[in-house]
Amino acid sequence: MVVQALRDQGVDVVFGYPGGAVLPIYDEIFQQNDIRHVLVRHEQGAVHAAEGYARSTGKPGVVLVTSGPGATNAVTGITDALMDSIPLVVLSGQVPTFMIGNDAFQEADTVGITRACTKHNWLVKDTANLSGTIHEAFHVATTGRPGPVLVDIPKDVQFASSTYTPPQKAKTSHYQPPVKGDLDAITELVEAIEKAKKPIIYTGGGVINSGTAASQLLRELVDSTDFPVTSTLMGLGAYPGTGKNWLGMLGMHGLYEANMAMHDCDLMINIGARFDDRITGLVSAFSPNSKKAHIDIDPSSVNKVIRVDIPIIGDVGHVLEDILKIWKSRGRKTDKEGLKGWWARIEEWKKIDCLSFKQTGPVIKPQYALHRLEELTRNHDRYICTEVGQHQMWAAQYLTFNDPNRWMTSGGLGTMGYGLPASVGVQMAHPEALVINVAGEASWLMNMQEMGTAVQFRLPVKQFIMNNERLGMVRQWQELLHGERYSQSWSEALPDFVKLAEAFGCKGIKVDNPDDLDEAIREMLAYDGPVILDCLVEKHENCFPMIPSGEAHNKMLLGEAKTKDAIGSSGAVLV
Amino acid sequence: MSALKIKKGSTKHSAYNLRPDFSDVTETHTLAVVVDNEAGVLARVIGLFSGRGYNIDSLTVAETDHEGHRSRITIVTTGTPQVIEQIKAQLGRIVPVHEVHDLTVEGPSVERELALLKVSGTGEKRVEALRLADIFRANVMDSTLESFIFEITGTPDKIDAFAQLMGPLGLIEVARTGVAALSRGQ
Ligand SMILES: Cc1ncc(C[n+]2csc(CCOP(=O)(O)OP(=O)(O)O)c2C)c(N)n1
Ligand SMILES: [Mg+2]
Repeated sequence: MVVQALRDQGVDVVFGYPGGAVLPIYDEIFQQNDIRHVLVRHEQGAVHAAEGYARSTGKPGVVLVTSGPGATNAVTGITDALMDSIPLVVLSGQVPTFMIGNDAFQEADTVGITRACTKHNWLVKDTANLSGTIHEAFHVATTGRPGPVLVDIPKDVQFASSTYTPPQKAKTSHYQPPVKGDLDAITELVEAIEKAKKPIIYTGGGVINSGTAASQLLRELVDSTDFPVTSTLMGLGAYPGTGKNWLGMLGMHGLYEANMAMHDCDLMINIGARFDDRITGLVSAFSPNSKKAHIDIDPSSVNKVIRVDIPIIGDVGHVLEDILKIWKSRGRKTDKEGLKGWWARIEEWKKIDCLSFKQTGPVIKPQYALHRLEELTRNHDRYICTEVGQHQMWAAQYLTFNDPNRWMTSGGLGTMGYGLPASVGVQMAHPEALVINVAGEASWLMNMQEMGTAVQFRLPVKQFIMNNERLGMVRQWQELLHGERYSQSWSEALPDFVKLAEAFGCKGIKVDNPDDLDEAIREMLAYDGPVILDCLVEKHENCFPMIPSGEAHNKMLLGEAKTKDAIGSSGAVLV
Repeated sequence: MSALKIKKGSTKHSAYNLRPDFSDVTETHTLAVVVDNEAGVLARVIGLFSGRGYNIDSLTVAETDHEGHRSRITIVTTGTPQVIEQIKAQLGRIVPVHEVHDLTVEGPSVERELALLKVSGTGEKRVEALRLADIFRANVMDSTLESFIFEITGTPDKIDAFAQLMGPLGLIEVARTGVAALSRGQ
């Protein structure tokens, strides 16, 4: 019944881990060949793998875990998916209905525990509702603002038989958030587009979630208006990184030109982003002189942090289509003179060249490592995952994303340990592609057991570990905020990553010299199988530009110069 | 319903859009939330308030449409206009929530609460309690030689006032239902 429902939902792969309370479903899985099951090494890994699968395909990811510890191990991944609006359907086993509430072996209140970290969840108490609920779960996960859902299935409900409800008959009509934006509001935005002298388009993960057509429409809007465009971490790839109007990522570690343009613009068009605190910095000083429009499918995102002038609730793709239609029908007007002056200012900001670095000496600079990785993989069919920390921000800054769904990173929750399992999920979905996880050594260790999954399923994922032997991002904050008292931010007693690779049965490479870097990367790319590349980098490099917590966009720190005491005491309480 | 009826996901969902700017002044609003009567729905609503740090001044819930399987939750909450708008939008996001009405901005409404008060006393105090109950149109639901249980229905203010008067007259216990509310007219 469960497998039938998954099959009818077009599921081809499930990430999971068995246990007593899901044995009937595993028995069903055993007796069929349509759906592949990827046996992970930890349930958190299953969820991140499903996120990688979902993010790189646009389809929902599916997870299967047992009751109790299986479900609780999945909680971090589910929360991660909620924060980044990733559609997931998590199926969990539960103790039989007649034992619920008795503190039975491996019982946990899974729907209670996951209520706050799912978009919605269900406890199925009757087999008659099982298939219908699974279909409803897929509907809710993928409709409106996507997110993770969980269906908790007691073991007796799995065993009992009942008539199957096909997807068409499932109860889905009650949840249908509107996708079309209000035309009056869209017209108001078009008028603002026509008049703007200093516009900026600020995109987010919503553009990616809306589907490839939305990215296409975004490109059309940017190119035909000649407006500059920047993006959050989650939105990279919606507009090509090689596009001529691209300003680079914005936010705490965003590019100087992107943040300055956000601060000084007179029209801000937020498309599928949510004014996250990594983006806004000091809210009261955020882009003080601009008219702000916000396109979002989730009404609760609008006016939550920043008050906007033109709220448009709807799906990004549909709204962009209407914007273009109306703007074209009114004669494709923009203030060309104004724009010329605006671009001239942006060019001035670009001259600062905020990402410039010098590779000198015998130690590999992390920026240089990514620069070489970019050069040597640019022409590949490439998917990038990351862990969380400095390496993640450098990857966002120094790698180029020309297409949506090519960049998998934990944004909202910032979950160390995301990248390796995510790369497993991406490679499952794209067996022929080059899948690289840009990792920090500390994050990577958090879910390193998933290397076993990669080896078992012959997934040639490339683990590019930027090893600074530090919890680099923590160390950077301690340097800037806590008087250089480096409390517990060392990665002590690290394993020998080459030997570790060998122990897992894959290839290990170590490089610690800039002259050998290209060769090491080439070797990694050439190897037909999973690789761990231990790239030893400069230990005390900081990630810049940086908007210190509690500061405005135009108060960016640019380099090693004058960073001490830069963060005021009110900023120090922020994260 | 009035023009400001809040449908899930509608563009014009936000009465806040009509306001000049974020205001720091807190307001008390009465929200009526129509939900599927299913397991866990109240926990979702309450979890939203506790998880996001919103206030609940009062909350009532009961099934109101047995066939349609619907319950109505009435919530009285306090916050700045921005917070009130967030609360409504967040409530609207909960999958089994069908409608969110802000009775405070959707035109005139009727709000009622029921309370039971146990007052114990003898002699003058007992007579005075009974006299005041009569003025407040409270009913005597139970009586012993030393105590009454009064039932009173009205606005929360009226109940507050009655309870305050009963204080010195021997009030020993109060049970209140919280507010039930409906908008007036069509
Ligand atoms: C699960 C989890 N625990 C703690 C943190 C806090 N944190 C953020 S970055 C970081 C250090 C990451 O170190 P590493 O993976 O080596 O990356 P680097 O910053 O050195 O590039 C820590 C501890 C987190 N984001 N996630
Ligand atoms: Mg590190």
